[in-house]
Amino acid sequence: MLKTFRIGGVHPPENKLSAAKNIEIFPLPETVTIPLSQHIGAPATAVVAKGDKVKVGQLIAKAGGFVSANIHSSVSGTVTAVDAVPDGGGVRKPAITIKVEGDDWEESIDRSSALMKECSLTPAEIIAKIANAGIVGMGGATFPTQVKLSVPAGKKAEFLIINGVECEPYLTSDHRVMLERGEEVLVGVRILARALGVEKAYIGIENNKPDAIEHMRSLAVAYGDVEIVPLKVKYPQGGEKQLIAAVTGRQVSSGGLPIDVGAVVQNVSTALAVYEAVQKNKPLFERVVTVTGKALTNPGNFRVRMGTSLRALIDHCGGLPEDTGKIINGGPMMGRAVANIDSPVTKGTSGVLLMRAAEAKRNEPDVCIKCAKCVSACPMGLEPFMLSKLGKLGMFPEMESYHVTDCIECGSCSFTCPASLPLLDYIRLGKAEVMKIIRARKS
Amino acid sequence: MENKIIVSPSPHVHGEESTARLMRDVLIALIPAFLVTVWVYGARAFFVTVVCTASCVLFEYLIQRFLLKGKNTICNYSAIVTGVLLAFNLPANIPFGLVVLGALVAIGVGKMSFGGLGRNPFNPALVGRVFLLLSFPVAMTSFSSPVPDAMSGATPLAFVKEALKKGLNVSDILPELSYSDMFTGLGKAGSLGEIAAGALLLGFVYLLWRKVITWHIPVFILGTMAVFSGILWGIDPEKYMSPLFQLLTGGAILGAVYMATDYVTSPMNKRGMAIYGIGIGVITILIRVWGAYPEGISFAILIMNAVVPLINRYVKPKRFGAVKK
Repeated sequence: MLKTFRIGGVHPPENKLSAAKNIEIFPLPETVTIPLSQHIGAPATAVVAKGDKVKVGQLIAKAGGFVSANIHSSVSGTVTAVDAVPDGGGVRKPAITIKVEGDDWEESIDRSSALMKECSLTPAEIIAKIANAGIVGMGGATFPTQVKLSVPAGKKAEFLIINGVECEPYLTSDHRVMLERGEEVLVGVRILARALGVEKAYIGIENNKPDAIEHMRSLAVAYGDVEIVPLKVKYPQGGEKQLIAAVTGRQVSSGGLPIDVGAVVQNVSTALAVYEAVQKNKPLFERVVTVTGKALTNPGNFRVRMGTSLRALIDHCGGLPEDTGKIINGGPMMGRAVANIDSPVTKGTSGVLLMRAAEAKRNEPDVCIKCAKCVSACPMGLEPFMLSKLGKLGMFPEMESYHVTDCIECGSCSFTCPASLPLLDYIRLGKAEVMKIIRARKS
Repeated sequence: MENKIIVSPSPHVHGEESTARLMRDVLIALIPAFLVTVWVYGARAFFVTVVCTASCVLFEYLIQRFLLKGKNTICNYSAIVTGVLLAFNLPANIPFGLVVLGALVAIGVGKMSFGGLGRNPFNPALVGRVFLLLSFPVAMTSFSSPVPDAMSGATPLAFVKEALKKGLNVSDILPELSYSDMFTGLGKAGSLGEIAAGALLLGFVYLLWRKVITWHIPVFILGTMAVFSGILWGIDPEKYMSPLFQLLTGGAILGAVYMATDYVTSPMNKRGMAIYGIGIGVITILIRVWGAYPEGISFAILIMNAVVPLINRYVKPKRFGAVKK
């Protein structure tokens, strides 16, 4: 019996079109636009000005608070602007634009491909290096990694869980990273475990990637107490709480953090970034991105410099198909539909998905027939039909008593609803209002 | 960009489920039982089903169009499901006028007066059946059986109830009953849809396979009926019928699998479904053993339908990481 989480879950069609495509190095773009906010928390503060010359890997913006992250240039060239640029949603956000000139890296970065296994740094030194490199959670949540590794006083980490689940349909970047850069990921895992002072690490991988399970298992033998845990395919297994439940059977209590059950969860791509930062002095300025879609000529996986436009990626893969109806930054379940195709790849961009016009349109909503499929699908054991109704009516205090703050916005309810009701839309709206109410109450 | 792209919140994909698909699956699940009933009762059963279904669809269309003035709801198949289920609750030789009247009450009173699909508190088909049963008891309980040596005129439940009332012992009447006939549907009087337990169970397997319903409600109803009647049988097997008899006769399986599982009128989480199923099972046996009617599952389902809002309010699904207070 394969492990999985117990409550709820759905099975969207996997559509992993690019699973067999090797990671290609994406050609350098002409310009990059690097947003100052690519993470959860305070935006970074720019430390370069228009006209400055920068190198690849040079710090261009400093963390703007405790929960924030440094940002480094992904290219060498001249800063042409430090101002507000439309993001994926079309909203102007502060960003640094750099005109690419050559490919001149900071000397401190070790560009050799030699595997460096040994790390004798102290936990504090590792965390400092990770913070300097601007690493954030690369599964999409983009929470600054050094904050996650700083275990609060009174809590103790017991084990590290590495998220190789990639439960979002279409996306294959983590899958390819495990296959092609498995050893580096494993060194990263050991470094993360060392930083946390734990011995045990699990790598959770869904059973639809048997090659990755096999590969990682064969490599892991040489890396201490690292256990590869094959998981039954079920969305949203990549959700932090779901993954912990699947791997260990422990449930993080409502409102709690993974560390409450002794767990720290990191993505496989984050582990790779940690390896590069700690062993190679390479800050986080490039990542693997899946570019995919049923109508796209050449779907693939690419190592892309941050700030490269989605348009460049799409053009490289055969251009925007005629009947494109939606462009999604991320996967189809939790990704964001973008309004601006010139918006950049950021630290949280695991994929770019193009949907055809026919797939992109939502079904006409019908009436609720109380089939309770949303209740069975909800991985948090909530009642989406009720939360959605309350959200529509603006009954926010009631939503709080129905535990809307537990919602992880995975979209399983809307996905499964036979009446095609936009359940999550109203729940998300209500959740935002309830969070405001809770914050106001605290202050 | 020339062509417009859509920007909307996630999720960006939708499953294959739709109301129409679910309803269509219920109809498919009823096909085996329909074939058995037409085989046993002949063309008459076929026409009762057709007239009943057509009336339900027509009434829903007319009410939606001229009274509620909403968009056409026929295409979601729910009126067809109500029609077929109501027909399955009628005897084959019922006058067609009553069939149409029953359909009017089921759709007009049971469903559309509350606003249509999704809003009715009671199972519409059962509202129609119980209305006819109370208003036209004779027409609703005279069964003709085309099989020559079958017990015509009375269902096994009615036959047994009458015999026990006369003071006969179970062992006296058992030779008159055949469990295998009850399972296959041969030579047993009853409503269209309650005569063939086997065919109904085949449909149940299909519904489970297609994930239209979960096992909870049917299993809790039938399980409770079996346990409750088993206790009585254990106390005095000469006075009370066996659990097998209770499960194979009357509307037990039709009710448990197809009527009680109606989405709109049943609870919305597994724990609630258990309470609801146990309630229906207990009330059914109470009515069958001590009530005035030989069969009680229709009343039991309607009574528990009335409790559903209360169950939904107080019985909550198991939350992830719930903190005990």
